[in-house]
Amino acid sequence: MGPYELLSLFFQFLDSFAFLVLATVGLAIIFGMMGVINLAHGEFILVGAYATTLSFHSLADLGVPLALPIAMVVGVLVTMVFGLVLEVTVMRRLYGRLLDSMVATWAISLIMIQLLRIQFGNSIDNIAIPGGNVSFGPYTNPYYELFLVGAAIAVLIGLYWLFTRTDFGMRARATIQDKETARSMGVDTDRMYMTTFVIGSGLAGLTGALYAPMQSMSPEAGTGFLVEAFVTVVVGGTSVIVGTLLASGLLGLPKAGFEYAFNSQLIGQVAMLVVAIVAIRLMPSGITGLVESWRQSRRESND
Amino acid sequence: MTNTVLERLRAPFEGPNTTGNSTAFWVVLALGVVGLLAYPSIASGGAAENMSQYLAYAFLALSLCFIWGYCGILSFGQVAFFGVAGYTFGIVAINIGSYTGISLAVVVALFVATAFAAILGYFMFYGGVRDVYVTIITLVVAVILHRFMGQTAGSEWAVGDARLGGYNGMVGVPNDAIGFGSVGIDMTGTGLYYIMVGTLLATYLGLRALVNSQFGYAMVATREDEDRTAMFGYNTEFIKLATFTFGGTLAGLSGVLYMFYSPGGYINPDVFSVSAAALPVIWVSIGGRKSLIGAISAALVIQWFNNRIDGWLSTGFELPALTPSLELTTTTVVPGNEWSLVIIGSVLLFVILVMPEGVAPRIESTVHRVLERLERRREQRSQSADVEAETETEVPE
Repeated sequence: MGPYELLSLFFQFLDSFAFLVLATVGLAIIFGMMGVINLAHGEFILVGAYATTLSFHSLADLGVPLALPIAMVVGVLVTMVFGLVLEVTVMRRLYGRLLDSMVATWAISLIMIQLLRIQFGNSIDNIAIPGGNVSFGPYTNPYYELFLVGAAIAVLIGLYWLFTRTDFGMRARATIQDKETARSMGVDTDRMYMTTFVIGSGLAGLTGALYAPMQSMSPEAGTGFLVEAFVTVVVGGTSVIVGTLLASGLLGLPKAGFEYAFNSQLIGQVAMLVVAIVAIRLMPSGITGLVESWRQSRRESND
Repeated sequence: MTNTVLERLRAPFEGPNTTGNSTAFWVVLALGVVGLLAYPSIASGGAAENMSQYLAYAFLALSLCFIWGYCGILSFGQVAFFGVAGYTFGIVAINIGSYTGISLAVVVALFVATAFAAILGYFMFYGGVRDVYVTIITLVVAVILHRFMGQTAGSEWAVGDARLGGYNGMVGVPNDAIGFGSVGIDMTGTGLYYIMVGTLLATYLGLRALVNSQFGYAMVATREDEDRTAMFGYNTEFIKLATFTFGGTLAGLSGVLYMFYSPGGYINPDVFSVSAAALPVIWVSIGGRKSLIGAISAALVIQWFNNRIDGWLSTGFELPALTPSLELTTTTVVPGNEWSLVIIGSVLLFVILVMPEGVAPRIESTVHRVLERLERRREQRSQSADVEAETETEVPE
């Protein structure tokens, strides 16, 4: 394996890693905070992607400059509003009812897939990938993929800042740790839940907006995002940032490696899912649980 | 005297774990069975054939109801066992061919589905995987199977004479009769229909007896509080494994019966798709996950509705975005109809929000309440009659 092949493999890994991080964070935040698995997460991403694509085309027709960035902002905002509406009407009745919430959000997902199909047909016009290509040896890679890696890392850093350095983050963590005590200390936990759900939706919308130029969007595309996000959250465990980061790294490796070795996306995906199943079997409470128990044992040996 | 014989006959099927322990329930059930038996004579041949398909699905609903409602294991991947049994049936039946081959295919398919469930269950339950993680692993298994079977289009993907066929599916599985050599029982048309009704009734009664047995109590205890049940000395891992494995058998039976129904002996990877995987969850959630009869009824009614709604809507008003995927509806599990999925999804959402326990338990409690009220009213009336008579303490019924 020459240097070019290694570099290409490395790019493939970065690509998988960024995809997993971006597909996962929105789901992970909602799961970590409310203990609710949002099975409509893939369709939230689609809302972002559809809103971005449609507004991009109408903006480009009007000749507006910077149409893509503006369309992406529109995509994120639309998804946030969408998340807010669903939170108020449905989700807030389901907090703490894990299995019910899964079934209910699955119902939402089915409804949305079908509504998207009825409204927009089986596919919509793509956006071209912006920016040029970086080429090395016989390989080329769009710059945009590197931009996505940067975006994934920026999102993680942003969330770290949000949850550890701001007043909101403090209240959010208090709500996760002990809802009753947080309430008695004056934290409006219902509002924390609502805000968190909207942030999670916004991140899903961002993912949709960022991947709108990369993938052809169809009503079923949400399932692809969902399954990978789903296993990454579960392998990661309840800690949003550490869990997402480590799990994306762990699952990105077999995905990129097998995809590269067999030159088949399908085998990469299957390898990733198999690794995920084994990982869940070996670490039932996710990587975060493992990190947690490792920390604890270190603390005990120090005492 | 006949009363006590009937009561003794009913006893093993009744208990705290089933809805419907009254004479009225058994009468309604008997009427329902009679109605199902009479259906082919009343409805057209096509409608009866469709109903065979829904009857096959009812076993899939029962399998999820059994493991989720009674043992708390929410599996999103029951279709995996359904599909594995269907494909196994196809592979064996195509390769052996005769009536003996079809009989053998039934046995092998059920065995493979059961063994698959046992291995997966052992892997999960003895590894401490619980709750939502079980749900996710089962869904991922279905998704892996979907993607894997989808790429088996090449001619190298064949077992003997049986070509897997990728997304186009496996075709021409012999499924017309079951037996030995040249002697067989007809498994087509109304014959198949009656066999399905009989098997479904037997399975339903068997499951009722099972969930009201000692093992059923242990299942429910595991569902309610696993740690406490383990404290009392029950081997909860084994209980969950046994339940999940038997659930796999039931789903496999569903897949085998589906293959007997399937026109042209056809199965494709869409049986593993996410929208197919959603169906059992929809039936059982709406029907009532702690109610076996609720799950069966919901599967029959929802699939029937799913088939009909399209006709109703397309005659009612114009649908601009009708896609050609409609042609698939007769041969795949996936509901291809445009609006039916939206409507069924909305009903599911409504049920989860308004009556989380499902429709059948709600009907039972409503009937119960109405009967109690009638009873109370009758008592009041008899009491006032007492006061008026001022002599007797008991009024004969």
